[in-house]
Amino acid sequence: MFAFCTDPSTLPQWQWFACYLTTGTHFAFYRSFFMVMLLLAITAPIALGMGLLGAMAVRSRIWPVSWLGKGYVNIVRGVPDIVFFMFVPIALGQGIEWVFHHINCPDWDQPIRQGNDFIVCREAKVPAPNAPAWVRSTYAFSMAVIAYALVFGAFAANTLYGAMQAVPRAQVETAEAYGMTSGQVFRRIIMPQMWVYALPGLSNIWQILIKATPLLFLLGIQDAVYWARELGGQKTSLYTYPHPDWRVWYFLVLLSFYLFLTWGSERIFARINTRLSRGQATAAGERLRKAAA
Amino acid sequence: MTKTPLTLAAAIALVASGALADDPVRIGTEGAYPPWNFINDANEIVGFEIDLGNAICERAGLTCEWVLNDWDTIIPNLVAGNYDVIMAGMSITEARSQVISFSENYLPPDASAYMALDGTDESVIEDGIIAVQSNTVQAGVVADGNATALEFPTPDETISAVRNGEVDAVLADRSFLVPYVADSGGELVFIGEDIFPGDGVGAGFRQSDNELRETFTEIVLEMREDGTINELIDQWFDESMGRF
Repeated sequence: MFAFCTDPSTLPQWQWFACYLTTGTHFAFYRSFFMVMLLLAITAPIALGMGLLGAMAVRSRIWPVSWLGKGYVNIVRGVPDIVFFMFVPIALGQGIEWVFHHINCPDWDQPIRQGNDFIVCREAKVPAPNAPAWVRSTYAFSMAVIAYALVFGAFAANTLYGAMQAVPRAQVETAEAYGMTSGQVFRRIIMPQMWVYALPGLSNIWQILIKATPLLFLLGIQDAVYWARELGGQKTSLYTYPHPDWRVWYFLVLLSFYLFLTWGSERIFARINTRLSRGQATAAGERLRKAAA
Repeated sequence: MTKTPLTLAAAIALVASGALADDPVRIGTEGAYPPWNFINDANEIVGFEIDLGNAICERAGLTCEWVLNDWDTIIPNLVAGNYDVIMAGMSITEARSQVISFSENYLPPDASAYMALDGTDESVIEDGIIAVQSNTVQAGVVADGNATALEFPTPDETISAVRNGEVDAVLADRSFLVPYVADSGGELVFIGEDIFPGDGVGAGFRQSDNELRETFTEIVLEMREDGTINELIDQWFDESMGRF
């Protein structure tokens, strides 16, 4: 990085650290924090969408839809996250390849499963065998997003379902008395009001999602925790910057990062809560009304 | 324009052969096991196996690319087809040979050694607590004996466990431990006798992938003969590592 970094073993301490903290691996470490935040930014809206669909499915009067929604919410919530994170990429990856194999290579005469091996024809490989590295990392990242969205969507669905039920019955009755259809009641009365009841639950899920991001490493993505462990471990003189076991310092950085992230989001949730409580028939809404009066 | 007929012929030949010759061969490695395979400060995968693998690919006329994978899932991801070869300091053992197949070994059976803090009594080998990396030949050795095995997912953590007194000693490939002993200034020492588990280190392949395995075996045997592998061993290991 700096001109004086050519022979680190002879450097005074501050220059040594300046060089050490700007190595290729350290930049990968810094980038991994942005990757974690990118994952959160992409996953959260998708999980919320899945949750909304799930909650609507559970409420549905068409029984197969309601049955599907209940199945999704209950099964996914009941299985340990870690199992899903290992299961989804493998099952989904092999499922996609299996489908492509049957579409693209109908003449293939060998079995897909040979002993321990899972073999599909070249045209069915996802990503393609000659895919560049960025395609492979995007694929791995998308798998991660799907796995997270599936798991956290189920929790969000349950929270949103509860919130929909919590909208005061009197409001719904009034809407019905005005002659609104059930679709109109849902869109005009339940949807706008349910968020204030959903918010505490959703903020819980969001915090758990933040804390679950280190599971990314299970999916073969080098996240911040992977790099902290890799960089913090003792480095012998095989490396350019040998050092003893420094994991405690690297983990301290992680700790601060995650604390900062949860602290920041807690503040944002508090603001949203105030905004949503305005004009609501809840204790918080009543307080706001009195404060304004 | 004179090139066209040639390219066309080449394209037909490629389609006829079924697979595209320019598909890269993907080699999976752990990237956490210096000096075999590790990530250097410039964020490149380097080490003995990287040099060797690239040399093999060059002789075979293959394009190779390296894939990092966690040690514990390195075999499942091979058989699932996420990469085509494992070169990760993996000893050839009977248990592993039931799931994957190996090329001829590209390193002779390597000594495993016990490393402990200076002053540790040798008897801990018999009845102490020994750190090992999970799913290694060393883990099998300790599990078969009287000593208690404490397993860690990465090699680095086994060293830390010795340093902070969590275990009495670590059992690992001697070649992996040598730099730690050398750098510790007497704090860490080898204890007891070396042992020789496993049948040497080889490249792992899917059992259905005979063609690629035979290509590797052929070139490995050639390199054992002509001294290429010994030269690479000189470059990456000290004299305790055996030669061909």
